[in-house]
Amino acid sequence: MTISHEQVEHIADLAKLDLTEEEIATFADQLSAILASVEQLREVDTSAVPPTASVLPLSNVLRPDQVVASLPTAEALANAPDAAADQFRVPAILDESP
Amino acid sequence: MTLYEPVIGLEVHAEMLTRSKMFCSCAVVDNTEAPPNTATCPVCLGMPGVLPTLNAEAVEMGLRVGLALGCTIPPFNQFARKNYFYPDLPRGYQISQYEYPLAINGFLDIDLPDGGTRRIRVRRAHLEEDTGKLTHTGDGASLVDLNRAGVPLLEIVSEPDLRSAEEAEAYARQLRSILQYLGVNHGDMSRGVLRFEANVSVRPAGSDELRTRTEIKNLNSIRGMVRAIQKEVERQIHLWESGQGVRQATLGWDDDRGQLIIQRTKESASDYRYFPEPDLPLLQISPEHVAEVRQGLPELPAARRDRFCRDLGLNRADAAILTAEQAVADYYEAALAAGGAPQPVANFLIGEIFRLMNADALGRDAIGTIKVTPEALAELLRLAQEGAINLNTAKRVLDILYAEGGDPARIVAERGLAQVTDEDAIRAAVDSVLAENPAEVEAYLAGSEKVAKFLMGQVMRALRGKGQPQAVQEALDEALAARRS
Repeated sequence: MTISHEQVEHIADLAKLDLTEEEIATFADQLSAILASVEQLREVDTSAVPPTASVLPLSNVLRPDQVVASLPTAEALANAPDAAADQFRVPAILDESP
Repeated sequence: MTLYEPVIGLEVHAEMLTRSKMFCSCAVVDNTEAPPNTATCPVCLGMPGVLPTLNAEAVEMGLRVGLALGCTIPPFNQFARKNYFYPDLPRGYQISQYEYPLAINGFLDIDLPDGGTRRIRVRRAHLEEDTGKLTHTGDGASLVDLNRAGVPLLEIVSEPDLRSAEEAEAYARQLRSILQYLGVNHGDMSRGVLRFEANVSVRPAGSDELRTRTEIKNLNSIRGMVRAIQKEVERQIHLWESGQGVRQATLGWDDDRGQLIIQRTKESASDYRYFPEPDLPLLQISPEHVAEVRQGLPELPAARRDRFCRDLGLNRADAAILTAEQAVADYYEAALAAGGAPQPVANFLIGEIFRLMNADALGRDAIGTIKVTPEALAELLRLAQEGAINLNTAKRVLDILYAEGGDPARIVAERGLAQVTDEDAIRAAVDSVLAENPAEVEAYLAGSEKVAKFLMGQVMRALRGKGQPQAVQEALDEALAARRS
């Protein structure tokens, strides 16, 4: 399986990455190689194996519905590159809500 | 011209009324009141290296909804990351559920305007976390408040079974009512605890094809949703009729302007690159647990409505109105428990109390806060039933109770509102009215029936509205008959 130039562009776009033509070509090759490597798993007969939903040896890890004190606002905002009126301030993104 | 039929599916996002957030112990605060960024922690801020832990109560609430909607509860749940970048989503992904949701294959029977019902299938209900709140400042920046980030949401997805904006409204209202009854959501849409998205397409009536659909987001009120769907149906019909066809798109709704805004063409589902959330182990739900939750479900609106019809003799329309809001149904039953008779209490509640509350722009679910207690309403109607006051006086006393509160019997006694049954007093009022209106009496004797009503009104006025209507009518008829001979 190969990853096309367009697919790399699309993934880069979703990841908000700006790639040069050269990088796109490099990643297309590398991603194709990685997929080819993973493809080898197809050789294993898994017809009798149920799909794995989780690899953790745990289930039902829950916590009771109890409130614990939150961070002070100043601390919550401490790492923000920009803040105003006790809020994170970011460049406006219009007409692109998810 | 082709007749078109809308095909509508609704996604309802309901905040669960837990105390703490979905994956951390921050408080769930009222988003419209709490100061910004006062309920956040490293988990919901999306700091690296933190571990989300699932809130048990959010799961319980979700199960209640699933079972109330007749869903199957699969034996295990898996959480998944839905990846996209947006400033209200600090981690760059939303923890949601994808392949293995909490509840699947349910239904909701909606009441139709013609008195019938229609079954709307519910495809799934899954748990996810809410995002933060963005405020656009207008100077090229947005402010982000993450108090809401991580609040538990249940997304309830219907099949595209709705065939009109009115059906979508009925579905939304009944679902909202069920959520309130279950105690999982208080239904106050002005506070954003319930939000809708509608998938809309149209097709020639009677066909079963599924044409290109659009998705309307940001529907924050049921009325807004209805208007948005109506507009979108019109727009799509126009596009098909003019030969342009409908393109898949995501639309926004500007409720103030009553306008749809085309936001963008839709990304396909795989663009969210869902994958299993590695930080959350599987959630297994045993059949015993499901049975236990089912056992604990309260009487739901439809069952309560049917009981009101069956046991109290109410008609279905009245019963539906009285049970739509849990607070109203509770109030009604409290008035019956205080001795009120089912039909008169229903009439006064729907006809009079709702009118007074409307005038004050009070929602019906605020009925518990009005000054007329259920006991006072029952007492007032008992006074009317026993003939101590007439129906008009009862309405006047209700106005007083509504404005000031208090005890109906005392209000009647203190303000001299007791019904006048004294025959001498009534006869005196009749005589003076007839004496003051000789022309009308003349007209009546000449055969004008209309005048009879006028004279009756004048006598009641002379008695300051307190006359016992039947006694007044008899006295008036008698006096007029005497003048005829």
